[in-house]
Amino acid sequence: MTMMTASDDAAAKTARRMSVDFKTLGPALALLLLCVIGFLLNPAFVSEGNLTNLLTRSAFIGIIAVGATFVITAGGIDLSVGSMAAAISGVMIIVMNNTVETLGTGVPTVLLGCGLAILLGIGAGWINGALTTKGKIEAFIVTLGTMGIYRSLVTYFADGGTLSLNFDIRGTYRPVYYDSFLGLPFPVWVFIGVAICGWLLLNRTAFGRYCTAIGSNEAVARYSAINVDRVKTLTYIIQGLCVSFATIIYVPRLGSASASTGVLWELEAIAAVIIGGTVLKGGYGRIGGTILGALILTTIGNILNFTDMISNYLNGTMQGLIIIVAVLLQRSDWKFGKSGKS
Amino acid sequence: MDVATSASAAIVEAVNISKSFGPVPVLFSVSMDVRPGEVHALIGENGAGKSTLMKILSGFHDPTSGQIRVDGKQVSLPANGGAEKLGIVLIHQELNLAEQMTVEENVFLGREIRRGGFLDKVAMRKSVQTFLDEIGLDIAPTDRISDLTIAQKQMVEIVKAVSRNARILIMDEPTAVLTEEETEVFFRQVEKLKSGGVGIVFVSHKLNEVKAIADRVTILRDGQWIDTRPSQDLTPDTMAQMMVGRELSDLYPPMHEADVDAELVLEVQNLKAQGIDNVSFGLRKGEILGFSGLIGSGRTAVFEAVCGLSPVESGSISLFGRPVSGMSVAEARDAGLAYLTKDRKEKGLLLSKLMRPNLTLFALPKFVKHFAIDRKAEEKALDRAIRRFDVRARDPGITVGKLSGGNQQKLLLAKIMECDPRIVIIDEPTRGIDVGTKQQIYHFIAALAAEGVSVVVISSEMPEIIGICHRVVVMREGHITGVLTGDHINENEIMRYAAGLKREELH
Repeated sequence: MTMMTASDDAAAKTARRMSVDFKTLGPALALLLLCVIGFLLNPAFVSEGNLTNLLTRSAFIGIIAVGATFVITAGGIDLSVGSMAAAISGVMIIVMNNTVETLGTGVPTVLLGCGLAILLGIGAGWINGALTTKGKIEAFIVTLGTMGIYRSLVTYFADGGTLSLNFDIRGTYRPVYYDSFLGLPFPVWVFIGVAICGWLLLNRTAFGRYCTAIGSNEAVARYSAINVDRVKTLTYIIQGLCVSFATIIYVPRLGSASASTGVLWELEAIAAVIIGGTVLKGGYGRIGGTILGALILTTIGNILNFTDMISNYLNGTMQGLIIIVAVLLQRSDWKFGKSGKS
Repeated sequence: MDVATSASAAIVEAVNISKSFGPVPVLFSVSMDVRPGEVHALIGENGAGKSTLMKILSGFHDPTSGQIRVDGKQVSLPANGGAEKLGIVLIHQELNLAEQMTVEENVFLGREIRRGGFLDKVAMRKSVQTFLDEIGLDIAPTDRISDLTIAQKQMVEIVKAVSRNARILIMDEPTAVLTEEETEVFFRQVEKLKSGGVGIVFVSHKLNEVKAIADRVTILRDGQWIDTRPSQDLTPDTMAQMMVGRELSDLYPPMHEADVDAELVLEVQNLKAQGIDNVSFGLRKGEILGFSGLIGSGRTAVFEAVCGLSPVESGSISLFGRPVSGMSVAEARDAGLAYLTKDRKEKGLLLSKLMRPNLTLFALPKFVKHFAIDRKAEEKALDRAIRRFDVRARDPGITVGKLSGGNQQKLLLAKIMECDPRIVIIDEPTRGIDVGTKQQIYHFIAALAAEGVSVVVISSEMPEIIGICHRVVVMREGHITGVLTGDHINENEIMRYAAGLKREELH
């Protein structure tokens, strides 16, 4: 009977998408509600300064979560993203600091660091992908392993402390996080760019269709002439690439990396994906939902900063509650929509 | 009517049952009863409402109107298998066993024998062993379900039902996945259950079987009750006619002679792969080549290796005169070679998705324009496929899992044909589908061959192999034991090669 409910579940989902788009609307309504609450608690919530701050803060998790949407839609999971971000920022900082003598503290050094970050992201994603596909190890185990490895590497590089970016390079690199274009900070532009590319890739290309097919039923995908290993590996590479983009805009924010950089980002990214309506066991993914999910998570933290009613230390509690409620709502949603069949 | 059988009171009765799913009516005032110690066959085309009626009889669906009576008293059956407590057990087509658990654990799942709070494994094992011995099943209570064959799993389901004191056993196409030998064993079990007073309802598309084993037959067509009759009054032909509602004269299309000098499009030499060895054969343009043999004789394995779905260990394959090796499935597809799986639910279709993405999945590169999927082209292809293959869906927005088996099979065929293959391998083209759809599929295969497409038909149903193939290859235990042509294609010959009584010396 479990098979039946699973397919009914997805069926109801598609039926819903045909009529009124509740799946998109759900997270959007939740976000709207949060904004109204935020405004009622403190009108400063909707000030331009706060809203751009909110968007900038969501960018890190949001960009990573776009990658995670691909991995999860194709039936995988990547737990290593937080550690990966820390390790990439660590290596970036070390390399940039060490090239000051040859390249100086200008743009070339920063570009070198960014290029390196992208290569590292792709490489780390490829390792996760190859181990799950060619190595035939469960994604959960592979990425649990790489998560530990990357985390300890950054601790080792920093010798247990903090790696700091050379002060002059920081000056050159700073605008990437702090400056704006057309009123929106650069990280938000990157977020928008990644989101649009991700949406097109998942919804409009054969690759996106293949991810969905693999997540629904890998055997069917294989019999339908899909190179399952390659598509799955590519989802991890996309995830790695997203992590490097997030890292590139994160490093100039603090100009440092330590063992605590990016802690729990993997869970926030997965939470954003799930709140957005993507199915954790794969086969159904929504980039738009993921972005709303990331915004919802950041908004909760932001609202708690604005009010004294709930301690800011309870941020995690609120986020946890939202995740559970979101999934519950999604489920009762399809029970409600379905009629006739038991 | 037989006075003796009508005398014994029915255990379960469905009286004037109607059922609608939303606005769509599926059953119209259907009545049926099951008596102790009888086998009651339920037949009808796909979509006739057999599954719905079975689910209503076992409480998985509620009727929209009408009554269910158990032992003469009107009841509302508890949902989701709760009817088991009343002795009514439905055995699903896709069996409901926990694959990673043992036979004993499955049989006692949910009502384990406990002693002092702990499981009494010894008692349970003993009890399961008794049941297994009774039914004559040669497996141990400690065997894992995932290690059993499909036939054995089915027997375990039956043991599970019997151990729960089932009085009515409802089975959805129990023999669809069984070989002939396994079917015989299965029928012996059914006879035993019958003599024990169990009433059995079973759905089958194999009308010969129905004739052989059923006491009474109920025929449904388009959700209407057509007739209930003792099986001695019926022949497979009359049953088929009543199901379809018209004369079924040409189940098989007229055979066009294949051109024996046509070019060889596929040549396989000494192929060795998982489960098969030394397999050599050729396939000509426009030919329908049958692959017969018992289940597990390696027919599927041969073509999974040829089409790049499993690795080739040694041997050579040439396609349209060019040797190929280590092809991926996509390369095989691009070369014009397509394989249609026999397992449409697990390997063929994405059951939770709509028809459109399913149809185009195999040939998706064809639908890509400027790096994006061309939805309009997809929609057009779907319209075309629905017309060409006569796929009938309640509404286009339903997921493929809700289509009837016959429509799923037609959609799967459409999906494979979407890449315009020049060689099609169809594995069990008509498994679990009704007579009307079978006929459509046979005619379609014949039309393909007439257009010059080469077709390989792998089938365990001998009549269809005999009815549509120009040439038949028989396999046994991973080897080809014979190749038959012309008048030699008959049930006797095929069986002798398949059973290993006869063997050709092949070079």
